[in-house]
Amino acid sequence: MIDVHKLRKDFPILEKKIHGKPLVYLDNAATTQKPKMVLDEIIEFYSSINSNIHRGVHYLSEQASIAYENARKTVKGFLNAKSDYEIVFTSGTTQAINLVANSFGSKFIEEGDEIIVSEMEHHSNIVPWQILCERTQAELKVAPFDDDGKLMMDELKGLITEKTKLIAIVYVSNALGVVNPIKEIIEMAHTQDIPVLIDGAQAVQHFPVDVQELDCDFFAFSGHKMYAETGIGVLYGKEKWLEDMPPHHSGGGMVDSVTFEKTTYADLPFKFEAGTGNYVAAVSLAKAIEYISKLSMMEITIYENDLLKYATEKLDAIDGLMIYGLAPKRCGLISFNLDNIHPYDVGMILDKLGIAIRTGTHCAEPVMEHFGINATIRASFAFYNTKEEIDKLIDGMHKARVMLCK
Amino acid sequence: MKNTINDIQDKIIEEFSGLDDWIDKYEYLIDLGKRLNPLALTLKTEKNSMKGCQSKVWINAELKDGRLCFFADSDALITKGLIALLLQVLNNQTPKDIVNSDLYFIEKMGLNVHLSPSRANGLMSIVKQIKWYGLKYHTREIQQY
Repeated sequence: MIDVHKLRKDFPILEKKIHGKPLVYLDNAATTQKPKMVLDEIIEFYSSINSNIHRGVHYLSEQASIAYENARKTVKGFLNAKSDYEIVFTSGTTQAINLVANSFGSKFIEEGDEIIVSEMEHHSNIVPWQILCERTQAELKVAPFDDDGKLMMDELKGLITEKTKLIAIVYVSNALGVVNPIKEIIEMAHTQDIPVLIDGAQAVQHFPVDVQELDCDFFAFSGHKMYAETGIGVLYGKEKWLEDMPPHHSGGGMVDSVTFEKTTYADLPFKFEAGTGNYVAAVSLAKAIEYISKLSMMEITIYENDLLKYATEKLDAIDGLMIYGLAPKRCGLISFNLDNIHPYDVGMILDKLGIAIRTGTHCAEPVMEHFGINATIRASFAFYNTKEEIDKLIDGMHKARVMLCK
Repeated sequence: MKNTINDIQDKIIEEFSGLDDWIDKYEYLIDLGKRLNPLALTLKTEKNSMKGCQSKVWINAELKDGRLCFFADSDALITKGLIALLLQVLNNQTPKDIVNSDLYFIEKMGLNVHLSPSRANGLMSIVKQIKWYGLKYHTREIQQY
């Protein structure tokens, strides 16, 4: 069982007061706070191991390289990938998706080909494909969702043709919290040998992910949204794809040999890791995974689902409050608006009450367009949040309404 | 004799300093926002809109008897209140005075946080745009002489 009051002590920032009020941090989908264990690891690494990875013969370089590769092994275990070299470290989800768009795109996408995304993607799973399609004269097709935020599977199925070369889809919508049936989508795509990329940025911190069980071809996520440092992310790719894909960046560390006549590339995953990667952040990611594992991912899922259920009931009970995306399978966050009040005004008032939420389009403008709105208020949860904090959010909403609608 | 920009700023600072806590201050801004005349739909154009990530902001200006009249609006109420404050200070001033104005009231009122570019409410752009209008008309005046 999650002992929330005990584990909150692991997160120094949660002690903070904002405008004289205890911090209520409900912006976890943007970034999570870091446990002391992760923070200590960063300081410890810089204090006693720091040295560039894969470069030197000296002791520290070897230690740093071992730590970096151990982090890769930890991620491999976390996703249950088949091997370490299917784990490519990137700066985050965005870079991971761009890597596939550029590398897979340059090898496998040609004029007339089709790529499918959904209407609920984050911009970082739209724009790289748009740019690729523009460059190659391929076509980007969009699978819609219904007014509950549920992906329309029949429509998606209808979009698949013999020209479809890739389906790139979000696991959990960052704007609605809706969980997509990605296993079903992957199975459907694989009957026609179409690879599938999963944007897992809002998934890995909330429930167990097993890439072999899902059988996805690519899976991307960010470290900073799951209790690690910023600047680290992961691209999981099946070996058969990664082997076939050309490097997307070039430079040091990604080559086998270089002459002016010909350069040959290093093995996986190094061919995709040109330059000095953020190895300290990679180590912090391993530590964050260790922290999560100690708590138990199953326990986290149970606890957070309970929080979300509580928040949904409480918010739904507010007269004039509209929740977006009430599909049956949701996780981690809730998006809503109050009457005709601008979310920005609500956000400003909640801020003064010490409550951190996100307002805006959440980098998912097509989702806003679907509902005919400019923005929403988004409260997103982590296992260190409490029901008392949700009560404070509810009180804050009432206060905002009183102030703005007087 | 019209009030100078600094006269108005000082008056606003004095009014605002009488408000004790943030609730009173925000309610003051919200009230100002509600009382600001909404911009005609015909003026809520792409051309008049400012780039701000969250709340939308529009501004337009015209020169009347050597003084600049601003028309501005936002879809968020608190932002609108801040705009109303800016317009109180800068409306009906000469382009030259607008260009040379030092808007110290923002900091004195503790509102500078709302004007930092990171707030993404478009207000930073509106201050720049007001100054740009000032500069545009001031340059014309100089060229006419």
